[in-house]
Amino acid sequence: MSNAILMASGADIDIMVHGLISYEIFGQTCWITTTHVCLLILMIVLIGFMIAANRKIKKASEVPDGFQNVVELIVEMLDNMVKGVMGVNSAKFANYISTVFIFILMSNISGIMGLRPPTADYGVTFALGVMTFCLIHFNKFKHQHVSGVLKGLCDPWPIWAPINIISDLAVPVSLSLRLFANILSGTIIMALVYGLLGWIATFWPSVLHVYFDLFSGAIQTYVFCMLTMTYINQAIDSE
Amino acid sequence: MNISGNDLILACSAIGAGLAVIAGIGPGIGQGIAAGYAASAVGRNPGAKSDITSTMLLGQAVAETTGLYGLLVAILLLFVKPLTW
Repeated sequence: MSNAILMASGADIDIMVHGLISYEIFGQTCWITTTHVCLLILMIVLIGFMIAANRKIKKASEVPDGFQNVVELIVEMLDNMVKGVMGVNSAKFANYISTVFIFILMSNISGIMGLRPPTADYGVTFALGVMTFCLIHFNKFKHQHVSGVLKGLCDPWPIWAPINIISDLAVPVSLSLRLFANILSGTIIMALVYGLLGWIATFWPSVLHVYFDLFSGAIQTYVFCMLTMTYINQAIDSE
Repeated sequence: MNISGNDLILACSAIGAGLAVIAGIGPGIGQGIAAGYAASAVGRNPGAKSDITSTMLLGQAVAETTGLYGLLVAILLLFVKPLTW
């Protein structure tokens, strides 16, 4: 990658996803990229945490202590968040939303640990957006049946159907682009700070990390989950 | 001085990227208005502070999207360089 900024500074600014290993499948060359590696590390951490939490909760004590406290706090907080938005429908979706919440939060703040955040790759966030899209439409067909969906599609008049379809398709795109662009902008700004300032950038960029990784990442996670829940709720009970 | 077409496109891409991030003005104004109203709402009803804060953050994050589209265009022009050959 040779571009204007790089040529001006001479430092190596690394914001791109790099391919590590290539393989051929059905005549297409595919790559194992840095995103895959970061995701794999993240998966191992999360699965380790999950197994530890499962072991701990299986033999839970009456008075929670230490690790059990943490696990109960996380689960209760996420349950309350889902219940606050979805109300009576929360029981079915609490698991999915909590999983997505923890996954996105961990990927967003993994920039602190020196990884390239996996959510700064459009492939990851688009998959999350498509999952939300599928959930919305599955629940729409389940709860409003085909007639209800068709009626919703031809909302004021049937001639508006193409516009309604476009606005339905815009949901996953805008959801995923919002998350992607926020995390990517944080990654780029941190890379610029480290790459261009050199030795000046010691110690004080931790403040920027707090904002771009922790704060921005947490807000975007919250927003993604909130919007997913709101859309699903709309699909379920818009009689 | 000899400027090839590719160089010209690269320079224009940089100018275009600068113009594209002007899109940040809109969300800035919108987020400021949302934060101002949230502050006045907290002043009127301090008990509902957490609800107001979460609603404000959600609204601001949605309003931010248009600005992020501008940023995305700028990033694509600078780093992916779709117009050069």
